[in-house]
Amino acid sequence: MNKVYPGIEDALADIQDGMSVMIGGFGGSGAPIELIHTLIDRYRKTGSPGNLTVINNNAGNGAVGIAAMIYAGMVKKMVCSFPRSSDPKAFTDKYLAGEIELELVPQGTLAERIRAGGAGIPAFYTPTSYGTLVAEGKPVAEFDGRMYVQERWLKADVAIIKAELADTKGNLTYNKAARNFSPLMAMAAKLTIVQARKIVPAGGIDPEHVITPGIFVDRIVEVSDPKQEEVLLREGVQA
Amino acid sequence: MTTKLSNAQIAWRAAQDIPDGAYVNLGIGFPEMVANFKPEGREVIYHTENGVLDFGEAPPAGEEDWDLINAGKKPVTLNPGASFFHHADSFAMVRGGHLDVAILGAYEVAENGDLANWSTGPGSVPAVGGAMDLVHGAKRVCVITDHVTKKGEPKLVKKCSLPLTGVGCVTTVYTSLAVIDIVNSRFVLREKLPSMSIEELQAVTGAELVIDGPVGDLIVPEV
Repeated sequence: MNKVYPGIEDALADIQDGMSVMIGGFGGSGAPIELIHTLIDRYRKTGSPGNLTVINNNAGNGAVGIAAMIYAGMVKKMVCSFPRSSDPKAFTDKYLAGEIELELVPQGTLAERIRAGGAGIPAFYTPTSYGTLVAEGKPVAEFDGRMYVQERWLKADVAIIKAELADTKGNLTYNKAARNFSPLMAMAAKLTIVQARKIVPAGGIDPEHVITPGIFVDRIVEVSDPKQEEVLLREGVQA
Repeated sequence: MTTKLSNAQIAWRAAQDIPDGAYVNLGIGFPEMVANFKPEGREVIYHTENGVLDFGEAPPAGEEDWDLINAGKKPVTLNPGASFFHHADSFAMVRGGHLDVAILGAYEVAENGDLANWSTGPGSVPAVGGAMDLVHGAKRVCVITDHVTKKGEPKLVKKCSLPLTGVGCVTTVYTSLAVIDIVNSRFVLREKLPSMSIEELQAVTGAELVIDGPVGDLIVPEV
């Protein structure tokens, strides 16, 4: 077993045109900036991977991370709950021009759809969105006197996420609130690629402290001094 | 004589009803102000959708950790006994009915408890976040809002005209003029500004105010 990749380019090599890509993070917290920007660099050089469906809570902020992917023209569709931010221009302009698709999913439904995808549960019922525009066209059912909306699982070709520690078997920990969607996305993608601040030998993470078990992780690359999206935004990084 | 409460005063009034030991989610923006007015001696544990229980105040400038933020993407600190969890667990706390109180803003509230607070209609970029989850999760779903719109039109209405966030979900509304419970699909008046008659309040309310029990004076300190 070897999950450790020496370079980011190699770890990301199998991401191709038209794929669905789950990207960890909530705003800048947990955003895998180095993985995202290595993909953007490849797209700028080779024109691939384009036409991507990106799954994240948000739709980018300023001109880094997912916003930079949108500016580069790699993103065909966003699946998210909140496509607004302090600087949402990248997404907003393309959306209002009809150049990018949006599937709007309530935040808890988004999380549960991804969890269900990872857990092999094709659909579930939730009270969230019952009677709203978001539920239009979806099956509803009554349970114990209350109405619920049927939602389907969400899976992806690839997940790219950021961890704090990874061991060589792919067990992960995260930093503070940076885990957010990442443990769910790691379960729900066919191929999960992780940038970790530090890779330690197997046994280097106490099994009691593992957040994402290695079975959900395929590739690990060490990025020892990861950039923080919010810090880059405050530094005024441009597209 | 007070003619209407400020936003801070509305937040103060809502804060008085949060019981000791409650697990509470405050919506982004105006509702975050409620945390400033927690009564002395009560312990309140705040939940944020992105995966923290028991977060505290903002850190001093220069000491932010941008991996430690709230749902509004603002930096926070941790209280002793805080915990982290992933998003599915976070929304299990919400949808599983484990939160005691959620406090949200509103564009409109209908007398049957319908809430509209996420979309002003076509032409904008739709964004819902966790609002549709929160309105069905907490044991009490409270709205804090001005009683009328900037144009002076009622925000408490018979039927919402804007896209709904949730159906029949609101428990209590704290406005700039009154405190109103929603009981059996009716607005039941609990408190009103002493300077205002019930008729005057009714005139700026878009559905019938039901009197069922005593109506208290809504008296709030300058804050």
